Amino acid sequence: MRIAVSSTGPNATEPAEERLGRCNCFLVFDEAENLLEVITNDAASSAAEGAGIKSVQTLIKHKVDVVLTGRVGPKAMNAIMAGGLSVYTGVSGTVAQSLKSYLKGELQPLLAPNSAAHAGQVPRERAGR
Amino acid sequence: MKITVASGKGGTGKTTVAVGMALALQADGNRVTFLDCDVEEPNGHIFIKPDIQKNEDVFIDVPEINLEKCDFCGKCSEICAFNALLVAGESVVVFHELCHGCGGCNYFCPKGAVTLIPKKIGTIEMGTAAEGLNFAHGQLEIGVPLSPPLVDAVKKKQNGGITIIDAPPGTSCPAVHTVRETDFCLLVTEPTPFGLNDLALAVEMTRALDVPCGILVNRAREGWDIIDKYCKQNNLKILMKIPLSREIAGAYSKGIPLTFLDKEWGVAFRRLFRDIREMVESERNNRHQW
Repeated sequence: MRIAVSSTGPNATEPAEERLGRCNCFLVFDEAENLLEVITNDAASSAAEGAGIKSVQTLIKHKVDVVLTGRVGPKAMNAIMAGGLSVYTGVSGTVAQSLKSYLKGELQPLLAPNSAAHAGQVPRERAGR
Repeated sequence: MKITVASGKGGTGKTTVAVGMALALQADGNRVTFLDCDVEEPNGHIFIKPDIQKNEDVFIDVPEINLEKCDFCGKCSEICAFNALLVAGESVVVFHELCHGCGGCNYFCPKGAVTLIPKKIGTIEMGTAAEGLNFAHGQLEIGVPLSPPLVDAVKKKQNGGITIIDAPPGTSCPAVHTVRETDFCLLVTEPTPFGLNDLALAVEMTRALDVPCGILVNRAREGWDIIDKYCKQNNLKILMKIPLSREIAGAYSKGIPLTFLDKEWGVAFRRLFRDIREMVESERNNRHQW
């Protein structure tokens, strides 16, 4: 199984990113916590709209089965369901800590969007972080 | 001649000025068309009170996927600049609300699996007002956050003579689509820090679009001179000032155009038009020499 975590940077020691569409990269692990791949998320900066959809398209292409993140909007949720992915929310701390929480069964599976639709990129200083 | 009345900041008086100029020129015997391109919130009709004679629906072409022909190669999703298509395994999801109707998916699909189907994005209402003024405005369909194609469709309703176009506020796609390929852009602002900030953005927009511009200061007050200073520094011409006045605000709130308030405003708007025409002509001559 391939598990992707939305991340602020390319290392497992970096903070996990709550935003799915606008995370800098996805770190892909196996169930034994081996880092398999670092995927740069082009959608983060290039997509004016539909960044969530584009991110999910990237995850599908990289054959990811499960994604761990924070917030998922309605369009991204549609995309996740269409792609047959599972999504778990509640990442906190580093990417490595978030992965451990998931493997211990502490993260919540998400069945419906937990964030409102919004257009365009929210500047970081206004994103409530 | 096509003149756009635009502003960076909303609520500076675009409609007051566009309506005033259109009515003043029409009353003077010109053939005038008033186009309201603020399709998200059209309000020119409140002042012009046109008799609407014709409606026209506006559509964009959105994709529909024929799953029997599709081999899920992902080309459509890859080229879509607005991420309106998702290819997942053996399914394709189309997010119609993100589609801008460019037709790229149809063009690039190697299997011919994408057909384009029309989706209504809004309506154009056309008619005439007092003394034969031609009028058209666009009304965006509720729930459709996509105004540029409707703006373009409204702009096609010009009818020769003088066209006065009321633009949406801001400097993003709807405003750009309104201002581009017009002969002149009159930027309406107010002497406040907000007015100045957004005016500077709007001036940059007109320069990027290569449309000559001039400035109109609305709600002008004695001693409030930040716009004057900015215009001087940037070699921009202030063509007219409208004072901050309780009387004007009161008329506006009742839907009464400035030209009905006082005949002097008709004279002022015709002078404004004459100045704009001179600027457009000298601009044309300058370009000719180059």
